[in-house]
Amino acid sequence: MSIELVCPAGTPSALRAAVEAGAHAVYCGFRDETNARNFPGLNFSPQELRDGVRFAHERGARVLVAINTFARAGAFEPWAQALANAAEAKADAVILADVAVLGYAAAEHPNLRIHLSVQAAAATPEAIGFYAETFGVKRVVLPRVLSVEEIAALNRAIGIETEVFVFGGLCPMAEGRCALSSYATGRSPNISGVCSPPEAVAYSEDKGGTAAKLAGFTINRFKPAEPTGYPTLCKGRFVADGKTSYLFEDPTSLNAAGLIANLKKAGVTALKIEGRQRGKGYVAEVVRMFRRVVDAVEAGQPPLEAERMLQAFVEGGRQTSGAYKKTWR
Amino acid sequence: MRKIGLTLGPLLFNWEADRLRSFYSEIAADSKFDRVHLGEVVCSKRMPFSDPVWPEVIERLEAAGKEAVLSTLALPATERERKSVAALCGDERLVEVNDVTALPLRKGRPFVVGPLVNVYNERAAQFFAARGAATLCTPVELPLTSVRTIAEACPDLEIEVFAFGRLPLALSSRCYHARLHGLHKDSCQFVCGKDPDGLAVDTIDGQPFLAVNGVQTLSQGMQAFCPTADEAAAWGIRRLRLSPHTTNMGAVSAIYRDLLDGLIDPAGARSRLSGLGLPGALIDGYTRGMAGCAPAA
Repeated sequence: MSIELVCPAGTPSALRAAVEAGAHAVYCGFRDETNARNFPGLNFSPQELRDGVRFAHERGARVLVAINTFARAGAFEPWAQALANAAEAKADAVILADVAVLGYAAAEHPNLRIHLSVQAAAATPEAIGFYAETFGVKRVVLPRVLSVEEIAALNRAIGIETEVFVFGGLCPMAEGRCALSSYATGRSPNISGVCSPPEAVAYSEDKGGTAAKLAGFTINRFKPAEPTGYPTLCKGRFVADGKTSYLFEDPTSLNAAGLIANLKKAGVTALKIEGRQRGKGYVAEVVRMFRRVVDAVEAGQPPLEAERMLQAFVEGGRQTSGAYKKTWR
Repeated sequence: MRKIGLTLGPLLFNWEADRLRSFYSEIAADSKFDRVHLGEVVCSKRMPFSDPVWPEVIERLEAAGKEAVLSTLALPATERERKSVAALCGDERLVEVNDVTALPLRKGRPFVVGPLVNVYNERAAQFFAARGAATLCTPVELPLTSVRTIAEACPDLEIEVFAFGRLPLALSSRCYHARLHGLHKDSCQFVCGKDPDGLAVDTIDGQPFLAVNGVQTLSQGMQAFCPTADEAAAWGIRRLRLSPHTTNMGAVSAIYRDLLDGLIDPAGARSRLSGLGLPGALIDGYTRGMAGCAPAA
């Protein structure tokens, strides 16, 4: 079977664009705090999901629904409702992180296929085996902390499928274990489904140029002619030990297109493209390009200079293969 | 009313063996902690240096009547790291789980759930309690209103809150100390050892912001959650966790004991903490559902 290409669908139109461009599967979430891309203008209503699933199924594509935040104490209803809505829409799987949501899904929706979200940060055979045995998880989305060699060793040691990120935004931190955003702004991926939220962003001009701020903290500064970037907390410039640098990560994006053959050899089942905040034009182009690369790899051909072809879609034109190569660390 | 316990959390920083020995000797001899966590949580590369120290430290603390808890790695990945977690999970003493990896390895025996494990609601807390969790130290970003909901739903689970020290905010497989010094993690030269409270990270406009400690990122501000015993009990809190720093931790424990015993009030406790020359401003925003960096009040 071909390695599966799992593509972002932040909106119904992005879902249709991804499916028509050749996605084997798309992933999306509901328009509330139950999914980790809870940004204004994105996501699906229950009716939009039903329509989206029908559209995808008619064209042979699968739909995975991310319900991957951690439920608020004393307020489980939105998460229970999201699971019920995903099941009713005949989604092919749900992507979960919280043991509370996992336990509820396994008990109340035994026929719903469960994938473990990257937000659960399960990176060892013990942790993955625990989720598989306890909740019947069928696939784990691996945290972006492992090299290709480590992924191969992991696949030999576990009995479920693995999915890995190959393109798009890159968290340098272990996902699901980062509270930097809430430290500055009060809102974070785990508690609110957002990171460096737009309402906390401000740009201020002075004679030196533009300061991009998050809740009053200067994340980066740009010279007058320089294009200003979004102040994502971990992609900023900071001062430590007297040195100013991109301490955590450069403003760069993940592009592991050139590693697809190696990832397939490492036993990976599915490749994930990040970018539910992206428009349908971007999604269609990137998915089409990746589908060509996947088909070439499956046919045993060289990967079409994949990294070069995708360069144009990378933030600021800079790309990295991230933790897949050990020198990143 | 039940007495609120004081826990000394696991040391997060890279201290030399001699410093570890003298630090924990003082904790054994002169501190108000009734429970002390030992063991490396952040980076397994430090373990060859610290591991030989722990047996004598544990012996000394237990002889002084303190309960020793063994803390496990927060982000185990390599075979060696997984083996170290498995070995600790076999111990007779209480063990702190800091990653789900440890959960099946500790099956059937009591454990502490550390603040780096994602327990955000009462259903998740009940899940861990049913598997043997005796104490839950809640994630640092969880507001006290959620802590109380969890405590009410889990009366047999001892609830602990991170009350003092730089807040552990993020983990990575990348070492920021090594990166800053132009090194890779595999040949890091243990540069994190130069910063025994972590390395301060400021914004380019000079605002104090974060601190790095190898693969870990912390707050630069010092959590200083200072409840009275009545306030703590009303939130369902039965332990406060104080995180080791180079400041006099015996003195910090005495300030918290005086506060919980009603000898001083919260403002008095914060004033005495400020007098210790701490490496950051006092903060406690998370407890009130605000940004974590909000000043303590």
